[in-house]
Amino acid sequence: MPAIVVKNLTKKYGGVIAVNALTFSVEKGELFGFIGPDGAGKTSLFRILTTLLLPDAGEASVNNLDVVKDYKKLRTQLGYMPGRFSLYQDLSVEENLKFFASVFGTTIEENYDLIKDIYVQIEPFKKRRAGQLSGGMKQKLALSCALIHKPEILFLDEPTTGVDAVSRKEFWEMLKRLQQKGITVVVSTPYMDEASLCGRIALIQNGKILGIDTPNNIVKTFDKPLLAVKARNTHALIEALRKYPHMHSLYPFGEFLHYTDKRVQFSNDEIHDYLTTEMIQQIEMKPIEPNIEDCFMALMEKQDHE
Amino acid sequence: MRTIRFLIQKEFIQIFRNKGMLPIIFGMPIIQLLILTNAATFDLRNVQFHLIDRDQTTTSRKLVEKFTSSEYFIPVAQSFSDEKGEENLKSNRARMVLNIPGNFEKEVLSNKVSHIQFIINAEDGNAAGLTQTYASNIVHAFAMEYQSVWSSVDNPKQIKIDYSFWYNPELNYETYMIPGILVALVSMIGLFLSGMNIVREKEIGTIEQLNVTPIKKHEFIIGKLLPFWLLGLFILGFGLFVAKLIFNIPIMGSLWLIFGTAAVYLIVVLGIGLFISTVTDTQQQAMFIAWFFMVIFMLLGGLFTPIESMPSWAQNLTVVNPIAHYIQMMRGILIKGAVIGDISFQVIVLSLYSIIMLTLSVLRYRKVND
Repeated sequence: MPAIVVKNLTKKYGGVIAVNALTFSVEKGELFGFIGPDGAGKTSLFRILTTLLLPDAGEASVNNLDVVKDYKKLRTQLGYMPGRFSLYQDLSVEENLKFFASVFGTTIEENYDLIKDIYVQIEPFKKRRAGQLSGGMKQKLALSCALIHKPEILFLDEPTTGVDAVSRKEFWEMLKRLQQKGITVVVSTPYMDEASLCGRIALIQNGKILGIDTPNNIVKTFDKPLLAVKARNTHALIEALRKYPHMHSLYPFGEFLHYTDKRVQFSNDEIHDYLTTEMIQQIEMKPIEPNIEDCFMALMEKQDHE
Repeated sequence: MRTIRFLIQKEFIQIFRNKGMLPIIFGMPIIQLLILTNAATFDLRNVQFHLIDRDQTTTSRKLVEKFTSSEYFIPVAQSFSDEKGEENLKSNRARMVLNIPGNFEKEVLSNKVSHIQFIINAEDGNAAGLTQTYASNIVHAFAMEYQSVWSSVDNPKQIKIDYSFWYNPELNYETYMIPGILVALVSMIGLFLSGMNIVREKEIGTIEQLNVTPIKKHEFIIGKLLPFWLLGLFILGFGLFVAKLIFNIPIMGSLWLIFGTAAVYLIVVLGIGLFISTVTDTQQQAMFIAWFFMVIFMLLGGLFTPIESMPSWAQNLTVVNPIAHYIQMMRGILIKGAVIGDISFQVIVLSLYSIIMLTLSVLRYRKVND
């Protein structure tokens, strides 16, 4: 039985469509990621699934409970960690945790097992006010609070935004462990590099899902050979390649440009020769494996064409 | 029940952890009572006046002496020209010019009609009216004295009026003012603190986290209102204690009735605060709306100006003004020793009001957004 079933879910704010007729499902026990830039509709979707926002059309059920009709029952079964730190800054770590445990009708002791791994890291600071914690510790506290009632499914809206690289890595490891304990974890992130840490991902843009699969399969949909190109003058290189009639797509990634060609058959030397005639110096070219971001760009382009 | 207890517990921890809170709770009653009762007074003292005495006789001096010996008037300048007096009025050195014409004594002794002139700065109409009343009273007293001394004719028939001021026999201003200030105090605590509180949860996002919990609406609202209800009652008690200690105000009615009515009144105010917080998104918006109502309720509530002197439409408005009702009740209970039968109308209005406000805000408060 799937943990989440969504059919034609739509949410509009005035004329802006935040969630556009989404249909998908998430299996029990998955670590599922929604990957997309800011404003893609991730937060609206999460707020609908956590019963905080009413959809305009379509249906959604979590744990077989309708998010609109059965919201009361559903609220006891889901955990939600909003993107913005939303615990009481003027209460201490311990008081926050105790408070959320008590409003769910449970105690810290009762579900200590579940949060132990996470909570021990902030326990030395349990008398400290939540407002005075560092970003990483705030995240751990928020996660502990979202878990304290032993939810069956956990929603995390951009949990790693604004968190340093080390804490991010730690955080994903925590999520993995939660998944191993049988909790369905649904997470959203604008960071493409975090996609590979999920079991399955949905690439989302403008309220629509561009692709939904395992990270590996998503990468496999990228059907063109990909070239990384670099030269002394990046700007001139971009200009030259844009003019090149066989150019299919061109996106800058750090110091390299990721290039695809329209032709099925071509050799790298042809491009090299062209660039040389365009007076581009110190050309460096190598075939590379596409990553999620390449796929995202390709899918976005495809969507735009349709 | 358990959830409500935890909500209230959390609320109190937050209230007492807030560094600005304790000064508000204990400072506000003392400062308001001390400053407002002493400063916002209708009494007029030490009116500075300019004297133009063209008569320069025993009689005119006697009249001037009557003015200067009263606690209401102080002479600041003297001249024989009208211009000097006018100058002093303009420069605000004097609020009144007392003009005694040259033949004043002659007129008084000849039992003819005698004239003197007051020129009063009437920028502030109220103060001018009071000045005129005081000055006329002095002249009247002076005239009576002269009549009985100099008049050889039969004493004219007189009606002597005996005054008896009830409930506040010494016409003590503080006695009148303090119940109203206590009401203002309780209203501010109730309206602002409750209104701010829920909006604050919205602003910092904690409401989101609360909304996904299975807390029920009524639990949340009781958990939010009860702490401020208790706090309001406590502050009223503290304010009464300060008022008794410093101003020795009379407490004629029963304390039970005072707190009983306060309990109902606070529900109204908290209900309004809660309602404001459900229709606003930021503390700033809530603050402005709360102020808007507070100012109107206060000015039309009869705290500073009597409701009876307002135009009839404004008087009709006081029916929906909880502050007006509660000021009447507090004055009644504290000064007149009113019992519940005397204030039953206000009790009924406030009770209905509290039910309406609570219902409205409960209906308006949503755990789910559209």
